[in-house]
Amino acid sequence: MKQSNISRNILSGIENLMLHKLRSFLTMLGLVFGVGSVIAMLSVGEGASKEALTQIRKLGSTNIIISSIKSAEQESSSTSRSFLSIFGLTYEDHARITESFRNVRQTAPVKIMRKDARLREREMELRVVGTTPEWFDLVQREVIAGRILGWVDQQRQTPVVVLTEFGTRKLLATESTIGQTVLISGNQFEVIGIVKSESGAAGNIQVPDQEVDAYISIEVAKGYFGDIFAKATDGAWIREKVELHQIIVQADKTENVESIANAIEEMLQKFHNKKDYSVSVPLALLKQAEATKRTFNIVLGSIACISLLVGGIGIMNIMLASVTERTREIGIRRAIGAKRKQIIIQFIIETVVLSTVGGFIGIGIGVLIPVLITYFAGMPTVITFQSIVLPLLISAGIGIAFGLYPAIRAAQVDPIVALRHE
Amino acid sequence: MSRQELTQSQTEIIVKLDNGRKVYQMGTQQVAALGGINISFKKGSFWAIMGPSGSGKSTMMNILGCLDRFTTGHYILEGQDVSTLDDDSLSELRLRHLGFIFQSFNLIPQLTVQRNIELPLYYLGWDSAQSANRAKELAKKVKLEGRLDHHPMELSGGEMQRVAIARALANDPQILLADEPTGNLDTATGNQIMDLLVDLNNQGKTIIMVTHELDIAAYAKNRLHMKDGKIDKIDGDTHEAI
Ligand SMILES: Nc1ncnc2c1ncn2[C@@H]1O[C@H](COP(=O)(O)OP(=O)(O)O)[C@@H](O)[C@H]1O
Ligand SMILES: [Mg+2]
Repeated sequence: MKQSNISRNILSGIENLMLHKLRSFLTMLGLVFGVGSVIAMLSVGEGASKEALTQIRKLGSTNIIISSIKSAEQESSSTSRSFLSIFGLTYEDHARITESFRNVRQTAPVKIMRKDARLREREMELRVVGTTPEWFDLVQREVIAGRILGWVDQQRQTPVVVLTEFGTRKLLATESTIGQTVLISGNQFEVIGIVKSESGAAGNIQVPDQEVDAYISIEVAKGYFGDIFAKATDGAWIREKVELHQIIVQADKTENVESIANAIEEMLQKFHNKKDYSVSVPLALLKQAEATKRTFNIVLGSIACISLLVGGIGIMNIMLASVTERTREIGIRRAIGAKRKQIIIQFIIETVVLSTVGGFIGIGIGVLIPVLITYFAGMPTVITFQSIVLPLLISAGIGIAFGLYPAIRAAQVDPIVALRHE
Repeated sequence: MSRQELTQSQTEIIVKLDNGRKVYQMGTQQVAALGGINISFKKGSFWAIMGPSGSGKSTMMNILGCLDRFTTGHYILEGQDVSTLDDDSLSELRLRHLGFIFQSFNLIPQLTVQRNIELPLYYLGWDSAQSANRAKELAKKVKLEGRLDHHPMELSGGEMQRVAIARALANDPQILLADEPTGNLDTATGNQIMDLLVDLNNQGKTIIMVTHELDIAAYAKNRLHMKDGKIDKIDGDTHEAI
């Protein structure tokens, strides 16, 4: 009996909405846009932060990444044609970092170059990474075929190369992969393994293997290609001497990441007379990204609350008008035997129907917007279960909260007065 | 009167007003809308309450209809003293024991005829199939079976009042309270409505009706004349005034 009363109340609530279609629609509009924008904003925020977080996680939460950078003064002086700018991390830096810190588990030096590679008629530019076997442990790369660089390759300086999946497909085409010989800048390298490709960037942090195609032993890289790189900038050739482009350091546990990073920074300061390196800690970035996300959510949440509040007030306003308009109806219902409680329930359910229908329309809009954003702007968006259910619950809650006062007003109508009411 | 006869006649009393007073506080002044009403209505009687404007008819009807309470005194409805009941209990009494017929019909405009008739059943918790059957049955009784899906606005005054009567009968009440039921109708239609009420009275319903028209009051078996909040005189076939 109770059950059927509620469903009949819902039905009559819907009927009352249909009775004043335009008015109901306009009343709902505030909530529709409130709910819609909440979902849209949450999904855009969620999409952005999720992408940032996965990128940062990829860098490893115990890792510290030290990169070579060109200091500002060099940047301006290096425009001269013959100038050779020397900067960045050195082999010595790598050795010192590896030896000096007890809490460092392992390190990997990284040398990054762009070289032409060739297999028969197929030719392409590769990003060649000279590194040590530790690299593969640090970046947790999945091996698809063959093997990764080993200590023997390192010691014997054998010209072997590990390719990423992407590069492999392009260069080797359909030929069997392992054991093939490719020419990199005219030097023969034997392909010994294939690892999975990964790409992407997190904010200003480039993932080292973002577009990497070939890994070779660092000793081989040094021997074959040297430390001097020429690159074209603004039509002029600039020659740079960089020993190591990056050093990746892995701490033994996350608690030590911060202190190791500081110690490395201090040490580098001692040996470099200019700031031609930067130390970044993915863990700190992760924490920062999470804090940013929290702030973002709080701000969005507040905006959402305001828009939902405005929607709720609109609904309350119309319900108060409805109570006044229907005073006589309330009087009739009371005279027939409706209790105050039943009048309250009737009006609250009508308000909840109004707000929930608004909520559903809002969800429709809120789900559509992120899809359009992703489609047209290419921005990642994530619609989570909570981002839909939460606004729906909130809009139902608004129906109850903002419907309560009009409903109580309705229940307080004196049937004797109401029946006289014209 | 023997003791047995007394008991017999008492069981037949459906409404008893015992020294009922209604006082309105107007600022510092007290207005006695009803001053010491003593009367009993028998089950199955048909009363017309008459009197000049301001004599207390509406106040009396409100109290009889459990919409209002005496300031002092007692109202015994079907043997139960209802004079001090709370709002919920009075609602319950209206729902189960009373049927209202108003001068201005008081149908709910957005509901169809059927839904208007079903309204008391809805509050009684009937399921929709049962309610629909009962509504059809009642519509037939007031000769409106073809109008169930219409809205009140589409009906004539007489038809609206018949819908109101059907609604008042839905909960099968012992007592029908009619406040100037023909006041908004032309004479011919008014007479049809009165015939319907007489029919219902013949079927056993107790009817209490307010009217100021003598020819309408003539349909009732008893007439109660009010003056200045008091019972002025009573006439008719049978009555039980104390
Ligand atoms: N709500 C009220 N507040 C104050 N006085 C009232 C109220 N209702 C009725 N009265 C007074 O009580 C008296 C009886 O009124 P009423 O019962 O409406 O008479 P009738 O219906 O016979 O015209 C009148 O003097 C009227 O002014
Ligand atoms: Mg009156």
